[in-house]
Amino acid sequence: MSLPSQLDQVFVLLQHWVAGLFPVWLQPFVATVLAVVGIVASFPAIFAVTTVLERKGLGRIQNRLGPNRVGPLGILQPVADGIKSLTKEDIVPFTADGLVHFLAPVVLVVAVFLGFAVLPIGRNMVLANMDAGLLFFFAIGASTELSVFMAGWSSRNKYSLLGAMRAVAQMISYEVPLLLSATVIVMMTGSLSTVKIVEAQGGFTGFLPHWYVFTPWGFAGFVLFVIAALAETNRSPFDLPEGESELVAGYFTEYSGFKFALFFLGEYLGMFSIAGFAITLFLGGWGAPFSFLGFVPSWGWFFLKLLGAIALFIWLRGTLPRLRQDQLMNFAWKFMLPMTLLNLVVAGAWRFMGEGPFGGVTRWLVCSAVLLAAYVLLGRVLMRHQKLGPRSYRYAE
Amino acid sequence: MLGEGILKGLGETAKNFAASFVSKDRLTTIQYPEERAPVIENTRDFPFLVYDGEDKMAGLRCVACQICEKECPPKCIYIVKSTDKKPDYVGKPQIYPARFDIDISVCMSCQICVEVCPFEAIKMDTEFELSTTDRFGGLLYDRDQLARSNQHYHKIHPTEAAEVDARLAEEKAKSEAKAKAAAEAAALKAAAAAAAPKPTPAPAPAPVSVKEPTA
Repeated sequence: MSLPSQLDQVFVLLQHWVAGLFPVWLQPFVATVLAVVGIVASFPAIFAVTTVLERKGLGRIQNRLGPNRVGPLGILQPVADGIKSLTKEDIVPFTADGLVHFLAPVVLVVAVFLGFAVLPIGRNMVLANMDAGLLFFFAIGASTELSVFMAGWSSRNKYSLLGAMRAVAQMISYEVPLLLSATVIVMMTGSLSTVKIVEAQGGFTGFLPHWYVFTPWGFAGFVLFVIAALAETNRSPFDLPEGESELVAGYFTEYSGFKFALFFLGEYLGMFSIAGFAITLFLGGWGAPFSFLGFVPSWGWFFLKLLGAIALFIWLRGTLPRLRQDQLMNFAWKFMLPMTLLNLVVAGAWRFMGEGPFGGVTRWLVCSAVLLAAYVLLGRVLMRHQKLGPRSYRYAE
Repeated sequence: MLGEGILKGLGETAKNFAASFVSKDRLTTIQYPEERAPVIENTRDFPFLVYDGEDKMAGLRCVACQICEKECPPKCIYIVKSTDKKPDYVGKPQIYPARFDIDISVCMSCQICVEVCPFEAIKMDTEFELSTTDRFGGLLYDRDQLARSNQHYHKIHPTEAAEVDARLAEEKAKSEAKAKAAAEAAALKAAAAAAAPKPTPAPAPAPVSVKEPTA
């Protein structure tokens, strides 16, 4: 094997080598455990790096330095945070439902980790190559709502419950556009397997890759998917369930110490997994962005893209103010849903125009025009009744 | 068009992000323990007791009148009057505080004690690094800890201190003049009485009895 391909497969080879030390009947088990350990170790490490990057990035966006006290340039801040959250007192409210209160963060983290099982991190690097990997991911992703509601309900706290209600309403509303925007990919690939989806985007025209984001329906799908993913992970500007100015901390108001840290971890891991899926579905997964960059290991590309996605999420968080509940719901049902449905139609048209005489440039123009026109029109209609400007208060003065 | 504002906002934050690495003027945060913002003159946090001269206890302006103790809204001042007297800035013997405690964990920095004090004896300090590991005893300041020199007052609130000093000097001059006038009048009277044949007893010298000014 040549050096680049050895480097590409370094983790796979390592796994095989370690598993080879065990008796044959144990080997599949050991290999799986090794892969799980890899996932459970690497993504929380990225979480630690992300917390400090996010705080520093948000600081820079607000013309501050961000954390700069622990270690050089503050890069050891996650260590300090970790020690702090581990040594803090774990307070459970007197009237809380102890068992559910304890289970909620565990359920969240477990569900989020399960989502990584079907995520192709590199060539031959997927824990479970399921035929219905995408379906599995969305099913598991939806179960995080359960833990959120468990946390909110068991805390016996009005803020927690309000936060949980908001979270459930928001997650269910945005689950629909999230799924529909991903359905386009399934239609085009003809498979629910994440590995097959990445492989389908593997080709190059000249030096440009065949990523789905470089098609009209793929681009629209990507934008819609990212918006829905932001809402699904409770990230700003969709952070209503934990809006600190309204609900203290939302559904995890009554959590402290390590359980709070688990919620925090679960939230960020959820963001990574959904960003990983956005990459898998639209950005070519672990594929290189240019044909001449193929020598870089595939997992390197995946993590680079993941860092890019995280940076985008941080950038958006630093820019956008929080939506109001009605704006959130209006946006989900009046904009996201029609756009995703239209995108399905456009993707179908793209598929069949490619076979007919309207292939090439024509289908590009037609599909782009339809999507753009719908976007502009929907925007106009939605903004028509918007009264922007200072609010007037009739009763409170 | 929908989303235009978002793009504009993203551009703005990107500009902030990039420019904060280039221009130091953008970073307005003061890195506190190493750098400090200049303290503005009207800063105030907790009260202190002003003393004149070198000796803390001898120069304490407070006469233990307990007005501040009574006016203090959260009742954080505790005063015990002395049984003996010591001369004040005019030289008049006055009671002084045998105990003067302020619990700064209770004090709300309202400055009412300063406003009601007729003797310019209590003023507001600007010292804010008061953290302590003992939240009860460590935050209960006694007479010794509260006493600060007039020079300190001049340093932290120059304008105000100059005004106070001028007022005190004026009062002192007035009382000295009064004492002098009274002494002169008494002397005149005494002289007149001595000259007059009527054998009246010499009247007690004017109400202000102390004539020897000790600064």
